[in-house]
Amino acid sequence: MTIFSEEQAKAILDKAIKFSKADECTATLAGSSGGNVRYALNSVSTAGHVDDASLAVEVAFGKRVGTATINAFDDKSIEAVVRRAEELARLAPENPEFVPAIEKQAYKASSTFDAKTAAITPEYRAQVAADCIEPCRKDKLVTAGFFSDGQNFIAIANSKGNFGYQKSAALDFTCTVRTEDGKGSGWVARNLQDVSKFDAKSEIKTAIQKAKGSVDAKALEPGKYTVIMEPAATAGLISFMMFGFDARSADEGRSFLSKKGGGNKLGEKMFDERVTIYSDPWDEHAAVLPWDQGGLAREKTPIITKGKIDYLHYSRYWAQKQGKKAVGQPGNLIMVGGDKSTMDLVKSTKKGILVTRTWYIRMVDPQTVLLTGLTRDGTFYVENGEIKYPIKNFRFNESPAIMLNNIEEIGRPVRVGDDESPFVMMIPPMKIRDFTFSSLSDAV
Amino acid sequence: MDRRDFLKITGVGLGGLVIPAFYGHAIAAEELLSRIDGATKKKLADVALNAARAGGATYCDVRIGRYLRQFVVTREDKVQNVVNTESTGIGVRVIAKGAWGFAATNDLSSDAVAKATAQAIAIAKANARLLTAPVQLAPVKGVGEVSWKTPIVKNAMEVPIKDKVDLLLGVNADAIKAGASFVNSTLFLVNEQKYFASTDGSYIDQDVHRIWAPMTVTAIDKDTGKFRSRQGLSSPRGMGFEYLDAKPADKVELPGGAVVYRDSYDMRADAIAAAKQVKEKLAAKSVKPGKYDLVLDPSHTWLTIHESVGHPLELDRVLGYEANYAGTSFATLDKWKEKFQYGSDKVTIFADKTQPGSLGAVGFDDEGVKTQKWDLIKDGKLVNYQVIRDQAHILGLDASQGCCYADSWSSVQFQRMANVSLAPGKAKLSPAEMIKDVENGVYIIGDGSFSIDQQRYNAQFGGQLFYEIKDGKITGQIEDVAYQIRTPEFWNACAAVCDESDYRLGGSFFDGKGQPGQVSAVSHGSATARFNGINVINTARSLG
Repeated sequence: MTIFSEEQAKAILDKAIKFSKADECTATLAGSSGGNVRYALNSVSTAGHVDDASLAVEVAFGKRVGTATINAFDDKSIEAVVRRAEELARLAPENPEFVPAIEKQAYKASSTFDAKTAAITPEYRAQVAADCIEPCRKDKLVTAGFFSDGQNFIAIANSKGNFGYQKSAALDFTCTVRTEDGKGSGWVARNLQDVSKFDAKSEIKTAIQKAKGSVDAKALEPGKYTVIMEPAATAGLISFMMFGFDARSADEGRSFLSKKGGGNKLGEKMFDERVTIYSDPWDEHAAVLPWDQGGLAREKTPIITKGKIDYLHYSRYWAQKQGKKAVGQPGNLIMVGGDKSTMDLVKSTKKGILVTRTWYIRMVDPQTVLLTGLTRDGTFYVENGEIKYPIKNFRFNESPAIMLNNIEEIGRPVRVGDDESPFVMMIPPMKIRDFTFSSLSDAV
Repeated sequence: MDRRDFLKITGVGLGGLVIPAFYGHAIAAEELLSRIDGATKKKLADVALNAARAGGATYCDVRIGRYLRQFVVTREDKVQNVVNTESTGIGVRVIAKGAWGFAATNDLSSDAVAKATAQAIAIAKANARLLTAPVQLAPVKGVGEVSWKTPIVKNAMEVPIKDKVDLLLGVNADAIKAGASFVNSTLFLVNEQKYFASTDGSYIDQDVHRIWAPMTVTAIDKDTGKFRSRQGLSSPRGMGFEYLDAKPADKVELPGGAVVYRDSYDMRADAIAAAKQVKEKLAAKSVKPGKYDLVLDPSHTWLTIHESVGHPLELDRVLGYEANYAGTSFATLDKWKEKFQYGSDKVTIFADKTQPGSLGAVGFDDEGVKTQKWDLIKDGKLVNYQVIRDQAHILGLDASQGCCYADSWSSVQFQRMANVSLAPGKAKLSPAEMIKDVENGVYIIGDGSFSIDQQRYNAQFGGQLFYEIKDGKITGQIEDVAYQIRTPEFWNACAAVCDESDYRLGGSFFDGKGQPGQVSAVSHGSATARFNGINVINTARSLG
């Protein structure tokens, strides 16, 4: 068993803290149970299930800190892991940036658990694969995809009396469909907490339609274009930009939010008026834990409000040094939008390019958050409100800090998962002018 | 590299410093020196092999792994973290009814191993129902009880933490003294103790060591608000701590004055050089976009080889098994059959799992195949791919090339990249002689930003140091440089490769692939190479 109840978890954590002879002790107990199915070339390739649980103990003697972890929870093992952490702490050099364990926090539970999602079976996963493979086989298409799901719990406690416990569950689905001749490729993705909102048979239709619709793509000249970006196409860019929202980096002069001459751009207007992004652990579509990795309680936090920088992340050390209050680091990003769908944005476009997703995004220059990456699995030319024809993929060199100043229209946010992002995101489709495509790609 | 994991480890991302889940459990330093004895491992392996035979499996392999890692993370005068982790367990893979099945457990009791084997057989039988064709394994002759060890001089796990901390804090102090505003330096040390046994009659005990000492030196001009960084010019290596005992003979002074390293690294000297160079970068002129002849140092070229040759020549990608994530490949089987002109006749690229000091060097791969060296591109023509046992027949090969790897006992092994390297030129040629002939070029040292499409056609690369070449002479550093390529045109534009005396290794410690994702470490060697008429873009922007 790897999913413990609150009572079981608290009993283990209390023991760990009681065993500790250090000045302070923080213990974290986490467990997960999850499965996945992977398929390619219209056949299941691998399927697996992993159960895991571990107890991490961090102790401090003065400014010396040690951490040890164990995956057995009898009294002897709990005591052993505490002693091991204490040994490491005694060996460790003093950390001049040491901050004491957090005080007792008030956590307001968020709805991160879903019993139906937690109860997904291997048969259900196999059916997801079959629901994707069958229509593709019939249509002479080739599919490859990955469906993973799981439940987990986390419980934290420290020697200052803090305690928190919460369970979560979620699923993630990505699926690629290609034509047999390799000339067309489409993609669909869903990231959900509630499995009852997931229907593979319906989702696969999107990927099939995009695969068929992207055959025989025409080449357009690279340059600046009006683009309609599906939510998955901008999620990676926005998430990347958040690495610049660290207060220390900004104060040190090495972030796009650093100010010339010193200090940071907190409070400055950097983006279009219509850009508002906030974090809310209790959001009904994108709930996350009510505490961050360090155990600090999360709050509903405005990050960008009407284009103005409202938030920078202050680590507990940096907050103390700068005389600021450290708050829980956001676990989700919610971008405010309107009611329009991606296709509504297409309808209002005279000339433009519809982008399904972006891929292999990397930082080119952190000074301006210039990012590069490519479009993939469905890029289309739009004229007079209609998709006219598929076009070849482009490489872009663009900064989200510039992109979010070139907004034409914002649609309805949807939940997006991104394998390179630490956030659960609600991102709208967006119409953006002057998006910079710098070269063509022959990749399908 | 898997960026998310890297960010987790170095703590440069949004989150705090955490132990990545896949690295197992934090342990005390002295435990990094202990081992599981061979007889215990053989006994456990036999439990699985016998259970597999009895359960109807036609093939079984067992991997008992103990994965030890140590990270020391510093910035300026502070140690941010010292982490020791261990992950131990057993993974059992079987073929039953023609299909693969896999199960793993961290419980090293005979009962648990037998149970995991039964589970693997059950999964194989369940998968057999969805099978289109049974697994076809290229034969491997059992080698009995053998062992292999990375030929290290100094086991990094035996070096006291204090010495490591002192080294990094010394490096940081040197960089700050030389004018850097900030410096981050890290040690990543890995020891994989891997035991492999199979129904083919092999019992292979391997002790694999790797080391990486990255650093980032940053300079800030407060008046202009400009900041620039220069990463260290070391390479991750399949070596012991001796890599950090700098030998003067391993120091290479390049035209223009930059210093790079062969088989040992002077981290302190590189920190001082980085501090000076990064300040020059702040004032360097911005590149004029256009076509240039590029002269690429091996500290840079490894990443271009990795992305534009190593990945597209992985057979599982070519066939479509990675279509949903990493992508497919432009280098399709028909191109291989017609001996596609991948590059100019100066381009010979080989795969080699035996190269001493490389990250990918092992005696046997993770399905018991003896490692080897083979050509992928010969005199510019595509001649081969990288395959494992169940793919060899697709190319008409009668044996695997030994490219199978799993990043943990709990991960199922699959095809991973071998060390893939550009062969040095046969005629005597030094970087200085190469540069003399370049009229309008850019000399690039160190790897930087990288991005490539899902079929490995269109790529963009940055670097660490860029020197302008005018009429055969280096005029000084330039900035805001990235080049864009279409893979076959780029390799066909290769005009010259320096000789063997300039051959050096670069590499990646964290190359990500698969769903769920796995990482692997791989080296890429080359000598300095020239590519004519490559498109260089200017990456400077203004946020107003």
